[in-house]
Amino acid sequence: MNKLFVARNPRVAARSLDGEMMIMSARDSTLFTLNKTATILWQSADGTTPLDEIVQNRICTEFEVEREVALQDAEALARELASHEILQISEHPFPPAGGSR
Amino acid sequence: MSGLLEEMTQKALARNIPLSVQVDLTYRCNERCVHCYLDHDDHGEMTTAEIKHLLDEMAEAGVFILTFSGGEIFLRKDFFEILEYARRRLLFCVKLKTNAILIREAEAARIRDIGVESIQISIYSHRPEIHDAITLVPGSLKRSLDAVRFLKAHGLRVVLANVLMAQNAGDYRGVRALAAELGVECSLDPTITPMMDGNRSILSLNVDQDALRQVFRDQSLVGSVDEFCAIAAPADDNTLASLPCSAGHTNCYVSPYGEIFPCVQFPLPTGNVRKQRFIDIWRHSERMNDVRSIRLKDLTTCTSCSHVSGCSRCPGLAYMEGNMRGPSTQDCEKSFARTGVPSANMLAKKRPGINLVQIQVLPAMTSATV
Repeated sequence: MNKLFVARNPRVAARSLDGEMMIMSARDSTLFTLNKTATILWQSADGTTPLDEIVQNRICTEFEVEREVALQDAEALARELASHEILQISEHPFPPAGGSR
Repeated sequence: MSGLLEEMTQKALARNIPLSVQVDLTYRCNERCVHCYLDHDDHGEMTTAEIKHLLDEMAEAGVFILTFSGGEIFLRKDFFEILEYARRRLLFCVKLKTNAILIREAEAARIRDIGVESIQISIYSHRPEIHDAITLVPGSLKRSLDAVRFLKAHGLRVVLANVLMAQNAGDYRGVRALAAELGVECSLDPTITPMMDGNRSILSLNVDQDALRQVFRDQSLVGSVDEFCAIAAPADDNTLASLPCSAGHTNCYVSPYGEIFPCVQFPLPTGNVRKQRFIDIWRHSERMNDVRSIRLKDLTTCTSCSHVSGCSRCPGLAYMEGNMRGPSTQDCEKSFARTGVPSANMLAKKRPGINLVQIQVLPAMTSATV
C-alpha cells in the first residue's frame, strides 16, 4: 500500500473548545465536532507525517487497538474528513502549513 | 443557529468561554452615514502588532467566531495582513462587516483565497438617491453593489444588512428584491442606537410606530404574523432565571483602542487589552461579572411586564438609558408595535409624575455656579 499523507485544509476554521475540536467547513460553513480519534488525526495532520506513522505513534498509543485495524479505520476517517474538505489527502507530502489551537 | 452551534454555545456558556467576539479595527470611515453611532476620528488605534497579539490571546481563550468591523475595515492598510493572520495562523471563523466600496475584483479574489465565513454589507435602499443620501457619499450604492457582484462571483457568502430609519422605511422590500436578484441573503434591523458617547440625538431617525407595525405584520419577514405578534406566555420561574442576552456570557466586543465591552451595543468599559490580558478582563472584570450576574428576575420594571418572556430587550440600550437592569424604551416600542399592548415601562411613564421640590441646593451645584 502506498503511503498516505494528510494535511489540514487551510480554508477551514477550527478551535478546541475545552478539549473538543470544532471545525467549520470552508465549503458551506457546516459545523462539525471531532471525536477523540478524529481530533488526534486533525492535530497530527501536518502534511509531512505519513498516516501509518500517525497511527503507530499517536492512535495506537492512545487506544488499545491493533495497528492494521487502526490504520484501516484511520484511512476511512481521513477520507471522510476529506470528503467534507476538512482534511486533504495525498500520496506525497504537502508543503508546510500553519497550526491550530 | 444550527443545533450543533447551539450545543457548542451552551458548552462555552457553561465553561465561561468567549465563543464569539467582534473586533472593530478602526472607527475611521469613508462614508458618513446619518445614523452612525461612532466618532470617526482616530484616537490611537491598536497597531498591527497589538492586534496580532490580541488575536493570539483570543485564540488561546477559545474565541472561535471573529467578526471584523468598524468604521470601514478596508481603510486599514494592514487589513489583509490582519485577516491572513486571523485565518491562516489562528484558524478563526471570520466574518466581515463593511460598506464594501473599496472591494474590487482583486480584493474579492484575495478574500476568497483567505476564506471568510460571510461578508455583511450595509445597503440602505435599492434606490441610489436614498442610499447615497444616507451614506452622504454619491455613487456609494453602485460601488457597494459592484462589490457584492465581485464577491458573489467568487462564491462568497454575502449578506445585505438593511438598517431601517425614517429615510428608507418603505424601501426594505426593494432591498430584499435586490438581494434575491443578486442571489445573496438580506437582514433587516429597525433599530437606530444612540452614539457610543451617549448622545441620543440620532434616535430621532428611528422609524415610527406605523412603520414598525407594518414591518412586524409583513408575512415575508416574520412568517406567521399571528404567532409573531402574539403576546408571549407569562414568564415562569425558568424564564425569569434565564439570561437577558449573550453579551458578556459568550460574546464581547473590542474597540480599535483595545477597550473590551460586553457588546458593541453595550458601551460599559470592562478593561483594556493594552493593559491587561484579554482572558483576565473576560474572567475577572467586576463590571463584566456584574453584567453576567443579571437574570430576567433581576430587572427593574421589566420583571413585572407582560412582555418579559418575549421582549427583545437589549441590556446595552438599557444601560445607555441609565440602568443596565432597567427597560430599553426602544424595545418597549417594538413590543408595543408588535402586540398593541403597552409595556410596563410605557405605562409607568404615562402615570402622573411626582412634582419634585428641591429643598436644598446641592454642594456641587453651588460650587459650579460660584
